[in-house]
Amino acid sequence: MIVERKKLNFWERLYLPAILGGIKVTARHFGRTLFKGKTAGKELSGGYYPEKKWTVAEGYRGAPYLVRDPEGNTKCVSCQLCEFVCPPKAIKITPPGPVMSNADRPNAEKMPKEFEINMLRCIFCGFCQEVCPEESIFLQKDYSLNGLSRSEMIYNKEKLLALGGVNNSPIFKWKQKAEEAKAQGIAP
Amino acid sequence: MSNATTTETKPAPPPVDKMKIKIDGREIEVPKMMPDWQGKLQPTTMLQACAAAGHDVPHYCYHPKLPIAGNCRMCLVEFGTPAMGPDRKPVLNEDGSAKIAKSVLPYEPTSPRGAIACATPISPGMEIYPNSPATKQMREAVLESLLINHPLDCPICDQAGECKLQEYSVDHGNAASRFVEEKVHKPKHVDLGPRIVLDDERCILCSRCVRFTKDIVGDDALGFAQRGSHNTLTNFPGKQFDNNYTLNTVDICPVGALTSKDFRFKMRVWFLKETKSICTSCATGCNVIVGSREGNVYRYEPRENDAVNSCWMCDSGRLNYKWINREDRLTEVQHLKSKAQSWPMALKEISEVLRKASSGSVAIVASARQTNEELYLLKKLATKFNAITDSVPRHGESDKLLLNADRNPNSNGAKLIGISPAQMGSNLPKIADGIRNGTIKTLIVFGEDVTKHGIGTDLLVKLDHLIVSDILPNKTTESAHYLLPGCAHAEKRGSFVNAKGRVQRFLQAIQPKGDARPEWEFLHELVFNVTGQNGFASIEGLFNQMAQEIPAFNGVTWAVLGDAGVTIPT
Repeated sequence: MIVERKKLNFWERLYLPAILGGIKVTARHFGRTLFKGKTAGKELSGGYYPEKKWTVAEGYRGAPYLVRDPEGNTKCVSCQLCEFVCPPKAIKITPPGPVMSNADRPNAEKMPKEFEINMLRCIFCGFCQEVCPEESIFLQKDYSLNGLSRSEMIYNKEKLLALGGVNNSPIFKWKQKAEEAKAQGIAP
Repeated sequence: MSNATTTETKPAPPPVDKMKIKIDGREIEVPKMMPDWQGKLQPTTMLQACAAAGHDVPHYCYHPKLPIAGNCRMCLVEFGTPAMGPDRKPVLNEDGSAKIAKSVLPYEPTSPRGAIACATPISPGMEIYPNSPATKQMREAVLESLLINHPLDCPICDQAGECKLQEYSVDHGNAASRFVEEKVHKPKHVDLGPRIVLDDERCILCSRCVRFTKDIVGDDALGFAQRGSHNTLTNFPGKQFDNNYTLNTVDICPVGALTSKDFRFKMRVWFLKETKSICTSCATGCNVIVGSREGNVYRYEPRENDAVNSCWMCDSGRLNYKWINREDRLTEVQHLKSKAQSWPMALKEISEVLRKASSGSVAIVASARQTNEELYLLKKLATKFNAITDSVPRHGESDKLLLNADRNPNSNGAKLIGISPAQMGSNLPKIADGIRNGTIKTLIVFGEDVTKHGIGTDLLVKLDHLIVSDILPNKTTESAHYLLPGCAHAEKRGSFVNAKGRVQRFLQAIQPKGDARPEWEFLHELVFNVTGQNGFASIEGLFNQMAQEIPAFNGVTWAVLGDAGVTIPT
């Protein structure tokens, strides 16, 4: 489809009136900011970004962090599905190895020895959260991640758990398994 | 193995008796008799016939190299046989074809009655329906039943990724469970032996491990105890499951019930790159798959080769991989006298030393752990100097299954190429004498610690030049004038000749550590610099050239070796 271009009349072809109109708007805003301390940003949302933090919407995909369950246990069992699914290969997990009883919950048998996310690589796609069978990693609301070096931007397990906080999910899969087994006379 | 035969030495097979059956509506001719787990001819089963027709029948307890148990019921298929009249003559349809009577339940003629394909022999005119709705329903029902008490531990289960329960659930399972009752719990991480952990909850009681250890190894260590819901796999009281073949049960376990203590929680299997290789722990030369990721070797698994190791390998060989990633691996070119610490400088200096060496003043101690190609290049050097050569014998105890008393992977190769005499190690005292009386001035050592074999450090200091290539540090590498870091077999390509004379090749799984280079690469350069002979600079070309020159190799080529190898007369 070809859009017909409007023919400009003589007044419009002068250009100067349009420029003056623009300068008028700028001058009005300049005056209001200078004498009345008013800005469009403050009037609309109460402030601009660095001073006023942006409220993220529900379902926003920020930085992925590890969570603990309400009893303070690390939920991650080091299944490495997130490492596998991660498109930019930002996640690196060191599995625990053959040592027994190195998990917070004894019958979950394992948890990662180290869990690193390179936030410079992360593209916040949310695949890790989607694939996680233990609901232990969530994309949270942090969108402004800063560091002075590249190594600082690789978040380790300790940092991820501290930033992730507690997930109040009512599902206690491993606890339930342990209790069932105990009721049946099997030591967990 | 005792029942193994090589494809090359077999006489022309007698004509095979065939029979016509129909599978999924297609007529196919299959042999009446096919080899069973021991290789003996037995009536062909429905499962073998389906496999011949290209239909995979799902199964858990069936294993081609184990006796048939028929207890998992996963391979149930619907089938029919030609209907017989009261006169014992086939009933014909109107168009003259044989009428098929589908197998049905005795008092419910509308309900199909399946048969387990793994244990049911075929009969002439039989029709098998591996894809019929009834067959599918049977599979779904069996799978649902197996999953009723399965703990669904997949996130913490080492089998995840290579688990038959997962695979068949994708094909024949439901997305959600209908089971609302509490699952039966059984002991987890039970210690069965020094290398095996059992998770009883995951076990589907297929008895593959029981049959393997009883019928293949002959160590009747495992069995089922209790009945019904309490039925569990266990070792006999007071008897450890500790024979030298226990880890094979981990491979054949279709689920994650039996797991390896060594590999436990080390890496998820889907990350592992699989490379076809050969076990180097003895002269049997079991075919293996090396599982590696990011330059680390995580495990060996046996690779099927009926001429060598069937589907099995021993635990001692399987666990003998940790030295590849050892911290103290030699990774730098070293030279005691000058500062030549790079490959070009070192090779140049060594070439100069060797060019000046007179005939008979050089001795070579090679290793029967080296590949044919490397030994062949060393032999070229030896011929140039009329050098005395040998390699070091290694002996251990053998067993009746796979383990060979000769612990060198390539003794036959070393003998065929002429690096070691018929009595391996018999030249070592002569070399020691030669150094002692001063006739031998230059010693080249590859991959062996000669100080343990009669050429002590007191003799090594007498040498003008000691050129050593090795992987790990030892007494000999410490006194070396030139030290060239070599590669583990997982870091290079090459071929071995096993105890039965089978030439087998192995491929590269990981990159060499540090500055280490495959021995054949720098040997090729040395041979060119010293003798002026310019051979092939690729492993394929080297092998083919060697096979042309050495009559014993019969002119086989690298390509002909394939994955299974070729047997040559030794």
